[in-house]
Order: sequence, then C-alpha cells, then structure tokens
Amino acid sequence: MKSLCIFKDRAAGGVMFFLTIASILVVGAMAVGLVVKSMPLLESRPLSELLFSSEWKPLRGEFGFFPFLAGTLWVTGIAIVLALPVSLLTAIYLVEYARRRVKSYVFPMLDILAGLPSVIYGVWGVLLIVPLAGYTLLTGGIVLGVMILPLLVSLLVEIFSAVPSSLRDASASLGATQWQSIKKVVLRKTSPGILAAVVLAISRALGETIAVLMVCGNLPEVPHSMMEAGYPLPALIANNYGEMLSLPLYEAALMFAALILFVVILLFNVTSRVILYRVEKKFAL
Amino acid sequence: MIFRPDHKFTHGAETSKMQIEGLNVHIAGQHILKEVNLIIPDKRITCVIGPSGCGKSTLLRSMNRLIDSVEGAHIEGKILIGEVNLIDSGEHLTELRRRIGLVSQKPCPLPMSIFENVAYGCQIHGIRNRRKLKMVVRHYLEAVGLWDEVCERLNAPATSLSLGQQQRLCLARSLAVEPQFILADEATSALDPIASRNVEELFVKLKNDYSIIMVTHTLRQARRIADYVVFMYLGELVEAGLASEVFDNPQHELTKKYLSGAFS
Repeated sequence: MKSLCIFKDRAAGGVMFFLTIASILVVGAMAVGLVVKSMPLLESRPLSELLFSSEWKPLRGEFGFFPFLAGTLWVTGIAIVLALPVSLLTAIYLVEYARRRVKSYVFPMLDILAGLPSVIYGVWGVLLIVPLAGYTLLTGGIVLGVMILPLLVSLLVEIFSAVPSSLRDASASLGATQWQSIKKVVLRKTSPGILAAVVLAISRALGETIAVLMVCGNLPEVPHSMMEAGYPLPALIANNYGEMLSLPLYEAALMFAALILFVVILLFNVTSRVILYRVEKKFAL
Repeated sequence: MIFRPDHKFTHGAETSKMQIEGLNVHIAGQHILKEVNLIIPDKRITCVIGPSGCGKSTLLRSMNRLIDSVEGAHIEGKILIGEVNLIDSGEHLTELRRRIGLVSQKPCPLPMSIFENVAYGCQIHGIRNRRKLKMVVRHYLEAVGLWDEVCERLNAPATSLSLGQQQRLCLARSLAVEPQFILADEATSALDPIASRNVEELFVKLKNDYSIIMVTHTLRQARRIADYVVFMYLGELVEAGLASEVFDNPQHELTKKYLSGAFS
C-alpha cells in the first residue's frame, strides 16, 4: 500500500515535469519552425538588407521589412505612451482613494473590458476614431492603447494593493500628505512591478493583430509621422498568409516577418527581466 | 537633553501634553472605543496595557488619526494638543502628525537607503539643503545609537539592516521631524531580547525630551519603563494613573485580575 503511494507521488512529479518541459518545447519548436521556413529568404539576401531596406515589392522580389518593423514600433509606442499615464492614475485612484463601493462597480467592468475580443476594439476604432484621425498609426495607437488599458489597470491595482499599509502609515505619521506618500513611497516601492506590468502590456500590444489591421491603413511604406498610414508586422502576416503563396520566396518572407516579431518580443522580455533584476537588487525592494 | 542641530520647525504652542476628552470610535458599526478620557503627561512614558482586542491600538491610531485610513471608521470627541483639536484639525492634520511620531510593531523602513529614510521627513517638509540634511541624519542616527554601525554604508538599502537596527532607524526617522510625542505600538515585540532591550533603553533615554505613549503586551516591560499606566478593557478605560500606584495598588477589580494573570 505504502509503495503504491510512493509510486503515485513519483509518477505525479514526473508527469508534471514532462508537461512543463513540453510547453517550453512547443515555444522552441515554433522558433525552429520559423527559422527553417524563412531560411530560403535568409539565404538569398543579407540580414541587414532584409531588416533595414524600405522596399517591399514582392512581385519584383524585393523584401524590405523596415516599414513593418517601424509600423509595429510606432503603434506600440503610441499605445503605451497613451495608456500608461491613464492607467497609473486610474490604478492609484482605485487603490488609494476610491471607496469600496466604487471599486465594487469598477473592477468587474475592467474585467469585462479586458475580456472583450480585439475585433470589437477594431470595429470601435473604425466607427469612432477613424473619422477623427483617419486610417493612421495614431488611430492604431489609440485603439491599441484603449485595448491594453484594462490589462494595465488590473495589473497595477494588484501591484499597488500589495504594498503594505504600514508603509503608508509610516509616511503619513511623518506628516506627509497622501499624494507625497504615493509619489515617494508607493511608486518607489512598486517601480519594479510597474516595469513588469508595462512589459506585459507592451508584449500584448506588439502582437496584437486584428484591431490594428482594421485601422492602420496597411500601407507598406516607412511612416514619418503618426499621422501617416502604417503596416505593423502582425497585420502583414494575417492579411497575406494563404494568398499569393505561388510567388517565389513570399511564404518565406511572411515566415520571416513572424520570426522578427518573435525575436522582438523575446529580446524585449529578456532585457526587461535583466533590468528588473538589477533594479530590485540595487534598491532591495 | 538632546541637542537639536537647529530648529527646523516652528512649534505653535510648545506643549507636549495631550488631552483626550470623550473619545468614541466606531468602526463599521462596532463601538471600539467608549468615552475615553485621558491626559497624557508631558515627557513621561505612558504605557497602555490590556488584553487583545481591548482597543489599545485603536486608541494609539486615533492619536495621530491614522484611524482615518480604516474604511468605515468614525471618530468623535476631542484630542487636544495645546489648544488644537486633532479631530477637527482640517488641513493642519499633516502638520499635527509631524508632531506625533510613530514606531510600529514591525520595523517598517521605507523603500530607500538608510540616509534617505532619516532625511525623508525633512525633505517632505521642504528642507533640501544637502549639508543640513547630512547633519540631521547624523544627529538622529547618533541619538538612537545607530551611527557607528551604519556610517560606512549610509547609501545601502535600509532593508539590509537587522530587525533591531531597522527599528532604531525607524525611531531616528520619527525623531528627525522633531515630534513632541512618540507613539509606539508594541515596538519591541518583533525583536530578539537584546535588540528589544536596546530599544527599551532608548525610550527611557528619550523621555527627557518626548512624551512617549507605548502600547505593550508585556506587563514586565510596562513595569520596567512606565511612569504612567493606562489599563483598557473592551474599549473602555478602566484605570489610569502612576505606574507604581496601578501596579502595586490597583483600584479596580478587572485591573487586579489582569495584573495577576487571570486573563490576557
């Protein structure tokens, strides 16, 4: 009887270990698959040309990904610049100032907003923002910003709530106003957490496809301002995969687009983790 | 007498007496403090004792109005410091809080360096001069006997100190804004015996300059350091007076029982 229990215990550990490894392997397999599939393109042209050339003419065999890379960065940048201050202030209000009644109404609504499919945000953008700002990067950024807002707010609320009230009390007892305590103690204590939340939101924004595809204008040219149309990477892949695959190297090009996105997100996550680790260590937060 | 590097703050009336009249506190419909009347004497250690849940901490948290941050808390009555009533002090609350230091149960260093922890209070009150801040930090770290231990690493995070050191740092932080009162909520209960004795001795030294109000669970500690004792039970003030009188000759039946260990 006892040996059976021990066997079960070991088996459970083994199975869970296997499943964990398997999910990591899937990510590895994706990376390998993308590299293999984009190999034909990578072999035919130097990497620098692919990344930094602005000429996208698949019919003539010219594949420059810079317009898409730039479009992705623009849209994501605008989104986070718009969403971060709003979500910070919202979260601070909810945690530090709002009464319980207000919270009990706002939190469920945030969850609903966070759970809405992105196509709804896209439609909302087409109906409301496009008439004002046109099919531009700005519109894409606004729509994306609104989309990541509920995610950011709920992450930040969690983070601010985790700050022990004894810290606020200590600051208040020295004669600090509530705003001073928030600025100098709460925000400082939570800075690594805020950074982590921003990273998560940016990762989400980088990969968002449908909503930006619907409002950005999808013009494969390098944008020079946010009032121009753009063509983020995910939109490129989603719009074109399955069509014109008879063109030489076209499939490889789309796979390479996916690979760029993969690497951008990977690099971004790794760097932010390193920064986070350093910050936490330096300030012993 | 503790030397003050220079008077940074102007105290209105320089009185360190606190007078509590008809204090009632309700939290979410529950009557936590019932008609408390009490005078906190100037430059003495007043220990508040009583069983768990008797309202000791609530009383302490009323004295600097941190009770306000508890949702559903309602406070009425008078807490007079000089002529000012803490309870309807309006915008003067932050200034009044500066005059009432707090040392909490668990050491609670702010997420910054040792130096910044002590300088923080002065900075929020508008003192920016680096030289002045350095003087203040050194002075108050010396006052709590921490200077020699940390002078080499003032820029290290405060959390790198031991618990006992952290508690003394928190005390230095409170002293740096030149309060008249120090509220201590079981300030030694999280510390080991030696650190706890250190902090205790510090309080005895500090009572020459500050009025100290200390909530404690350890009767022996109260016997050691208290000048005045306040005994509370179920939100009511049962007995208050000179420590020698309350300990040696308690008037109230409940006090006798509590002191003899019949309940805790």
